[in-house]
This record gives sequence, structure tokens and C-alpha cells, in this order.
Amino acid sequence: MKSRILRAPEGTSNGGASEPATLTTVPTVGAHASAPMGPIKIAARDVSVFYGDKQALFDVSLDIPDKTVTALIGPSGCGKSTFLRTMNRMNDTIPGTRVTGRIEMDGGDINDRKIDPVLLRAQVGMVFQKPNPFPKSIYENVAYGPKIHGLASTKGEMDEIVQKSLKRAGLWDEVADRLHSPGTGLSGGQQQRLVIARAIAVEPEVILMDEPCSALDPIATAKIEELIDELRERYCIVIVTHSMAQAARVSQRTAFFHMGKLVETGDTEEIFTNPRERRTLDYITGRFG
Amino acid sequence: MIWIFLLLLIAFVVLAYVAGRALAVRRSQGAKSHSRPSQHGLYALIWVGAPALAMLIAASLFSTSIEQQMMRAGAPDSVAQLEPFRREAFFADARLVGAGQEARQIWPAPYAEELPAEGRRAHRIASTLSWGGGVAALIAAVLGGLFVLTRIRPDLRARNKVEGWITGVLFACSVVAVLTTLGIIFSLVIDSLRFFSMVPITEFLFGTKWSPQIAIRADQVGSSGAFGAVPLFAGTFLIMLIAMAVAAPIGLFSAVYLSEYSGRKTRAMVKPALEVLAGVPTVVYGFFAALTVGPALRVFFNGIGDMLVGGPLNGLGVYLSLVQNQMALVAGAVMGIMLIPFVSSLSDDILNAVPQSLRDGSYAMGATKSETVKKVLLPAALPGIAGALLLAVSRAIGETMIVTMAAGLAANLTLNPLETVTTVTVQIVTLLTGDQEFNSPKTLAAFGLGLTLFVVTLLLNIVAMRIVQAYREQYD
Repeated sequence: MKSRILRAPEGTSNGGASEPATLTTVPTVGAHASAPMGPIKIAARDVSVFYGDKQALFDVSLDIPDKTVTALIGPSGCGKSTFLRTMNRMNDTIPGTRVTGRIEMDGGDINDRKIDPVLLRAQVGMVFQKPNPFPKSIYENVAYGPKIHGLASTKGEMDEIVQKSLKRAGLWDEVADRLHSPGTGLSGGQQQRLVIARAIAVEPEVILMDEPCSALDPIATAKIEELIDELRERYCIVIVTHSMAQAARVSQRTAFFHMGKLVETGDTEEIFTNPRERRTLDYITGRFG
Repeated sequence: MIWIFLLLLIAFVVLAYVAGRALAVRRSQGAKSHSRPSQHGLYALIWVGAPALAMLIAASLFSTSIEQQMMRAGAPDSVAQLEPFRREAFFADARLVGAGQEARQIWPAPYAEELPAEGRRAHRIASTLSWGGGVAALIAAVLGGLFVLTRIRPDLRARNKVEGWITGVLFACSVVAVLTTLGIIFSLVIDSLRFFSMVPITEFLFGTKWSPQIAIRADQVGSSGAFGAVPLFAGTFLIMLIAMAVAAPIGLFSAVYLSEYSGRKTRAMVKPALEVLAGVPTVVYGFFAALTVGPALRVFFNGIGDMLVGGPLNGLGVYLSLVQNQMALVAGAVMGIMLIPFVSSLSDDILNAVPQSLRDGSYAMGATKSETVKKVLLPAALPGIAGALLLAVSRAIGETMIVTMAAGLAANLTLNPLETVTTVTVQIVTLLTGDQEFNSPKTLAAFGLGLTLFVVTLLLNIVAMRIVQAYREQYD
């Protein structure tokens, strides 16, 4: 499968156009990058995060395009998960956390006083490291968000939302006959897809994934990666991953974090074949991390 | 005198430890020994200490009866011919005289002369016995020591043997608690059986009249002796319901506040303050109920009653204006306050055991705090909370002091919280306090009640523990 030349999204400060020659020589990397990237969905400017007195993130500026998978990579404790959690203000739930800088989504600052984090999180879904289905039935898990936000007024509408979400998450065929058995009874990979179905049931625009495959076996991981690639058509996806192979497989854009700083960002092909920074090269070639 | 032996024994034991250790080092001669020298030392210590201790215990158990035997055997004829009662009294006085104290009675002529001699004899016997016990203990220690010193060799598994002794001692301690429980059950069952042989069990369990006074003479009035415990069960149940109606919501909601809403600082202040409530003695709750809450509620209800009298609700008004201090509501409400920290700290633990990932998941869906609590946390914690509430119920049923002081004594069969009622525990207290003859059904009824109470709370506790445990395992 050949990759096309990727068009750098307008207004990106970091992502430059790739050399066509580089791409064709590395056909496996970014193999899914066939769809064009959308406009900038989220723009972070000088974002710093403090846990109490400890600064976890230093002046990160990053543009995240729509309808694209952006991978955040870096060694443990580099701040990539912290940055991910600033985008749906999940850091608000940890006492003593302070965020400075601007994070704009569709041009509006999400840290603005007027923005209700509860509504923001309905727009920005999140999938966690460990599958965390609620101790309820599969149906109730998916219906949780729509119920809270009043997205369905009749039982029929709710059934439709549940079915649609489970289908998009690629879980429908496996659970259609046991929608009312507990979600915690599914396998790890199925649970993670259930959680993804739960997240997309509220029609978010952005989906944040915090190492979604780290607790899964290779087969379940492959399924989730396939799913991520399908979801890219509709959503802006940001994924934190420890696996460089995974970043290369599923993402079109990659940002490399180290020691709380954003070191380098660009098209995935570029980062993996021709990194500008020495540290990036060392990390992706496994010299540290 | 005995403390000299104790000091000697302690010295022996220390000596045994040191000797055992030194011997182990010397006999191994640098070769690899199975156990460490200090373990050999401990092993020697046990073999010296244990037989001596056993001997001392045996001596103290048997010395009294041996002494009595000897006194009787060597007594002069005049004393030996006394009736047993008087004879033992004489010996007791002889012991006092022997120890240099005054006799308790004034003995007539033949005995008064014997008293000093007998006193000396009693003193001699007592000191012989205590010396004998001490010497026997020392001999046992020495024998044990000699035995163990021959056994210390490099291949002796002293470590395992010492561990075995430690296991044994720990086991013996835990057995004490279990045996006590068994003893309680045994005595309850035996005395209950005696009670049920006088009063049929069906009358006890299903009868609706409780009046345990029994006529001693046929012409006594008002002493019918009815043992239907249903009013007591109903009173217990009513007070338990009121207590739980107070404790369950307040305890649960404060647990939710503490575990989900409060900041770290607030939590650090509120939680200990709540737990102070748990440290208040129940008798203090009791007089708080009887002297503060009771009169306050009476004034309140009387006031409402006075307003209603003469109006369309005249009957209710008259009733309310005659309400008294002692009522089920007071005891139940104060007991509920007592149970708040119990419910809240258990529920707090259970809520904290719900994994953070569930909260994160819910918040990430755009749920608010209260939605998360209501739709995710409480359902997830429900079995555990039910267990906590059942434990609180079993405490409410067994609680005695508050109800004794605030609920009254009249065995009314009612569900009206403004009436005085009585509970199983209160009746046990009233049946067993004061001078009682021990064969009447009146006294034995306490054991029947006690057994019922025991069975009910035991079952409740078992069910509750099961539920709590099953829930804890779910997330590990």
C-alpha cells in the first residue's frame, strides 16, 4: 500500500510537508494515512500543569487536527497523559492541580470560566488504560451517557443509540444476544470496545485514549487498532501509547514528549524515519525509555 | 516467700538461654548448624521455663485442698469432733492467728487453748507447701535444663521447634476467645431449656402478653406470670426501625460527602469529629436521651397537643398533650445518632474501595458528581452498604443502656413511636437485677430472651459479613 503525500494542515506551526521520497521508501509506516487530515480541532498554547508544587508539563504548544489520529509518545512520566487529561479537564478532578496556558477547541478556550467541564467532557470522550465498564449491563453501560445528557426521549431511540454505538465500536455482533448481561463479564478486549462504545454514544467530537491497549493481549490490541482507524473518519482522536509500533500503525501525527516538554511533533512518517531531534531518534530506536 | 523462687526461676531461664546459645556454638565447632545459636538458646529457655511454670500453676491449684487435708488430719481431738462448719471456721481463725492476726470469733474454753498451737501448725503447713511448690518448680526447671542441654546438637531443628511452641502459645490465646463464646452459648442453651420446660416455647415466641411477675402466694394481685415475648420483639423492632431511619440516611450521606465531596482538609477534620461520637459511652447517650431529648420532645408534642385541643382534631390533641418523657421515639432517635459514625465509617470504607477508574469513567462521560454517586458509585457499593446497615441493625437490637433509660418498661404491643415500649435487652436487665431466686421462670425467662437475641444478632452478623466480604472480593 502506497502512501500519498500528506498535506500539512493550514495553520500548523510544527507540522511541515513531508518529502515524498521518504514516504515511499517506508511503506509500512503510516499505512493507513490515506484520508486527508481535517482542520485544526484543538490548539494548545503554552500549556503548563502543576500538581501542587510539582510542575508536570512545561509550556506545551501543539495543534491537533480533526479526523486524524494523533499519537503522544514518550517515556513514563514524560507528561503525555497529563497533557491528554488537560483536553477534557479531567485534571480538575485531582485536588491541587493547576493548569496554565490556553487550550482552544474550535477557537474557544476550554479553560474559560464560562465553559462547564461537564459539558466539555460530553464533547471530548475519554478511554482509559484499564477497561472500566460500570458494574451494570452492557446496554446500561452504553446508555449511561445518553441518559445523563438526555439524548433519547423514547426507549426506541435509546435502543437505536446503543445499537449504533456498539456497531461502531465493532462489538455488536459479539454482544447482540446478551445486551442485558453485566459488562464486567466481557473479556478485556471486549470491555475496552464497550468503553469505546460508551464514549461514542454521546456523539463526542474528540476521543482521548490513554494507553487503551496496555492491558490487552495482541489479538485484542489488533482489533482496537483497527477500530481506531475506522473511528478516524468521524472523530478527532488523540492516543497516548507506550508502544512505538502502535503509534506508527495507527497515527498520522505524532508528538514526542520528554521530561514534561514537547520535544518534537510532526507527521508520523517523518518522526519515525527522519526525526529532527536527537532525543526523538534515541527514543524511537530504543536507546532509552 | 514465693517471689524468691520467681527471681530464681527468671535467673534460671536467662541462664538457660545463654547456656543453650553458647553450647550450640561450641558443639557445632564452626561446622554448619541447622539452626542459629539464638534459636538453640530459645529452645533451652522454653524447656527450662515451661515445666517450672506448669509446676507452679499445679502447685497453686492444689495447695489449698492439700492444706485443708493436712489441717484436718493433724487436728487435736476436741477440734476434730466439731461439726464440719465450725471446724473449718476454726481452721480459718487458726490461719489468721498463725499469720499474727486476731481471730474473728471468740472461741470457748477447749478450743481457745488449742488456737495458738493450731495457728503455729497452720503457719508451718502453709510455708511447707509454698516452699514445696517452689522447690518442685525449681527441680522441674533443672530437670528440663539438664534434658535440653544434652539435646543441643548441630543437627537439632531448634528453629522449627521454637516456631512450634510459638504457634502453640498463639493458638492457645485464640482458643480462649472461642471457648468463651462456646461457654456463653452453652450456658444460654442450658438455662433456656430449663425455662422452656416451665413455659412452652410456643407461648414464649407467639404470646402477646408479657408480665413476668409470678404470684408467690395464691392471693397476690397483678402477678399472673405471662411470658409472651411478642411485645418485646415488637418494641425492639420499632426502636430498631426508628434508629435506622435516623442512622441510615445521615450516616450514608455523610459517608458520601466524606469520600466524594469533601476536600482533604475538611475530611481530616470531619472524620475524627464523627468518630468521636462512636467513643461516647452508651450510658451517656442514655441520660442524654432521658434527660434532654425526652423532655424536649414531650414539651414539643404537648405544645402541639394543646393547640389542637378543642379543634377538629380534638382527640389527637388530647392524646398529644398527655405524651410522656419516655417513648420509643426518643430511644430510637438517640440510638440512631449513636449509630451514625458506625454506618458512616463503614460506608466510607466501602465507597473508597470502589475503584477510581469507575469515577474517572463517569466524569469523562460528562456526568456530574451527584450523577456519578447516584448512578455508578452507590449501585457499585450497594451490597457492601447493605452489609454495613445490617451490622448497624444488629447493634441496634443488642443495644441496652439507651433503651433502659429512655424507652420505658411497659410491655405495650404497639407501633406508635410516642408510646412507651420495652425491648428484649431492657427486660433481661430488669429480670436479672436485684435479688432474684434462681429457679423461677421469671429469672430464667432472661435466658430465653438472651438466647433469642443471640441467635438473631448472630444470624444478622453472619449475613452481613458475607455480603460485605463478597463485595470486597469483587474489585481485588
